[in-house]
Amino acid sequence: MAIRMKETDAVLIGVGLVGTILGRELTRAGLKVVGLERGEPRSTVPDFQGPQIHDELRYAVRYALMQDTARETVTFRNRRDQRALPVRRWNSFLPGTGVGGAAVHWNGQTYRFQDSDFRMRTRTEERYGKDFLDPEITVQDWGVSAEDMEPHYDRFEYLLGVSGKAGHLQGKKIPGGNPFEDSRSREYPTPPMKEPYGSALFRKAAEGLGYHPFPQPSANLSQPYTNPEGMTLKTCMFCGYCERFGCEHYAKASPQTVLLPVLLKDERFELRTNCQVLRINLDSSGKRATGVTYVDGSGQEYEQPASLVILGGFALNNVRMLLLSGIGKPYDPESGTGTVGRNYAYQTTSGVQVFFDRDVNINPFMRSGASGTVMADFVSDNFDHSSLGFVGGAYIGETMSHGRPIEFHPTPPGTPAWGSEWKKAVIRHYNHTSVLNIHGSSVAVRSNYLDLDPTYLDAWGLPLLRMTFDFPENDLKMSAYLTERAAEIGRAMGGRQVSASPRKGPYDITKYQTTHNTGGTVMGADPSTSVVNPFLQSWDVSNLFVIGASNFPQNASYNPTDTVGALAYRAAEAIVGRYLKSPGPLVQT
Amino acid sequence: MDDSRRSFLRNAGLTAVATAQATVARAQAAPPGQDLPAAYIFFNEQEAAFVEAATARLIPSDETGPGAREAGVPQYIDRQLAGAWGAGDRLYRSGPWHAGEPTQGYQLPHTPAELFRKALRGIADDVRKQYGAEFGALPEARQDAYLTALQKENRDLGGVPSGVFFTTLLEATLEGFFSDPAYGGNRDMVSWKMIGFPGAYANYYDLVDRHGVAFDQPPVGLADDGHGRMRLRAVPMAPGGDAGAHGAHAGPAGVHDRPAGGK
Repeated sequence: MAIRMKETDAVLIGVGLVGTILGRELTRAGLKVVGLERGEPRSTVPDFQGPQIHDELRYAVRYALMQDTARETVTFRNRRDQRALPVRRWNSFLPGTGVGGAAVHWNGQTYRFQDSDFRMRTRTEERYGKDFLDPEITVQDWGVSAEDMEPHYDRFEYLLGVSGKAGHLQGKKIPGGNPFEDSRSREYPTPPMKEPYGSALFRKAAEGLGYHPFPQPSANLSQPYTNPEGMTLKTCMFCGYCERFGCEHYAKASPQTVLLPVLLKDERFELRTNCQVLRINLDSSGKRATGVTYVDGSGQEYEQPASLVILGGFALNNVRMLLLSGIGKPYDPESGTGTVGRNYAYQTTSGVQVFFDRDVNINPFMRSGASGTVMADFVSDNFDHSSLGFVGGAYIGETMSHGRPIEFHPTPPGTPAWGSEWKKAVIRHYNHTSVLNIHGSSVAVRSNYLDLDPTYLDAWGLPLLRMTFDFPENDLKMSAYLTERAAEIGRAMGGRQVSASPRKGPYDITKYQTTHNTGGTVMGADPSTSVVNPFLQSWDVSNLFVIGASNFPQNASYNPTDTVGALAYRAAEAIVGRYLKSPGPLVQT
Repeated sequence: MDDSRRSFLRNAGLTAVATAQATVARAQAAPPGQDLPAAYIFFNEQEAAFVEAATARLIPSDETGPGAREAGVPQYIDRQLAGAWGAGDRLYRSGPWHAGEPTQGYQLPHTPAELFRKALRGIADDVRKQYGAEFGALPEARQDAYLTALQKENRDLGGVPSGVFFTTLLEATLEGFFSDPAYGGNRDMVSWKMIGFPGAYANYYDLVDRHGVAFDQPPVGLADDGHGRMRLRAVPMAPGGDAGAHGAHAGPAGVHDRPAGGK
């Protein structure tokens, strides 16, 4: 029998990046807020301190900070005619859990998406004609423009203290920054990080080929910074233990370092950890959320009534929560109708290894999560696609984040996987190899989607999420073309040997690629092809806001976190400025 | 002399470069008192003999330095299998069980401990049948050929496809060789010294823009202070705290070592 808790103004499902921002904005507006987090509480001291945090096996290989697959995972298949099977241990992507969520163990790459990303369908049809896109491709506009998003990106980047160099400031192009970015209202809060050796070799080679390299915008900070919330971050030490780890130095922006301590001091906020939300409850009309039902760490079930529900979890979990709660119409790939689970997309990544002579010490361990140099010449629609047969693009850069040897021990192609020859090759190349990252977009297609698995259950007896995904032909073409461009730059870097590995199908869940899973609760201006409106409010249940990378109609070339943070601030502004004054749909259908 | 040292010499005796290897072994041997107990807590004697011999072929001891066996990788795998990982920690273990596609990943009902136990039994039978001897007694070339067969032919080892077992063994060997010595492998940080990885060291701010600099300081492990400030066991702490000795384990330029607890 569920214990009924005292009603609250707002309940947060998940206290990660989105939950922390919404918690802060709503309490500041005078609301009482309960934050439900399924994982453990954790903070910089003592949880992320050295030396224990510098343990590759525990954090990077055994995934100490990630969602426990023994209790909850996803099932996966490439195609609908296959049987989906559980991902029994994570590999391809690593969903987080616990207070601060994945923003604890992210790398800190903090990019804005471009206007051409937000208007992908319109722009593609305008520039290349209506027939350019394959009918299977279901990319669409977001319902927002870069101009709409600018103030929210700005606010989020100033919360984090992002280190970077503007390339387009108040309408003027600035040398040294990204010339392809949309105009930004202010310079980055802090200057770029120091440039590691391999990144400098990349920059010179890219410049020599006529490209426009710039320092990767980083939420590992170049210098101390105090944000508008009064939180102070420190200088990144380039320790090489960033993604998959918490930061011991207070140098990586995360909820713990930029906002959470402020929120936790507010009496209007209550954090409850080890609380697994089972479903969002609806009233008899099905159009209004009455709160949530959750189970605490001892197995006791509770009902938490609330006037406003904020679903701010990881993309995959947002989709599953709506499906488990019966909110919205599940997507049907047969008819192409329904919206929840539709337009699931990923990221099309690939790599180029550059093997140098023995006297070139790359020192891969002297890195931070987001240090490095990149170029946007092949991002989004910054280049002419008319003769290429694909849409989308990638940033190319030298953005190595570590030299931890269980994960990183490069050998040239043709080297055996074990034995004396392998060992000699590892010793020869470990400190003399640079890796280029080709970080590509992912189009949505009719056949890639998320729904509930008919067979497999989680530890609470609820159906797992089922993922049906393979790389669309469009993205494999893109990867082949841009990985070759990266190899040309690699050859100009002065290496002895260059090895390019474009992404190939089928999608393999056993190989780590990235944790940039997107879509499934897509935002948009048309309720027949989106789950939430351009303010992230559910079309079906107006006192429910769904916020996260699950809002992306398709995935862009850049890393998603800046856009997730900006969307959180955009939603918060709409709730505080408009919704609370007059609760109800913010966009009429 | 502990067991791993004995097994090293046994191995060295089989090769043509015994003298060179023995020198390496002496140079790399951990100081007294730092050795882990050589006892196995998961493997029986026969299993341990196979794992010692097989990991020694996956990462052999050669002129570049000690291999997996000398680094304690068999002990690392033994402890992992006896612990939470071996018991299936963080492994989704509900059926129904189906083989699935290669892109769907591991789909066997066995925990890592069960997988090893079954596969090692299967291998012992298989090797005895094929060669009439134990794996460890075979010449190295034959051991390599047998391991290659496990890797590529996907034989049935009592319900475990040999390719799955081989991959698990190779991954565990790499983990043990490259992980922190606290886990029982990578003794005396041999692998880190071999490739030039500084370990748990955590501050390259002053070095990252000195492009191409040779970082040749000894590595740091979890048993050391994670800021690269070593515990200088041999030097007693000066009264009043911070005036620690600057010894052979000094950090890189601009980073001074301090006594334990000087954080």
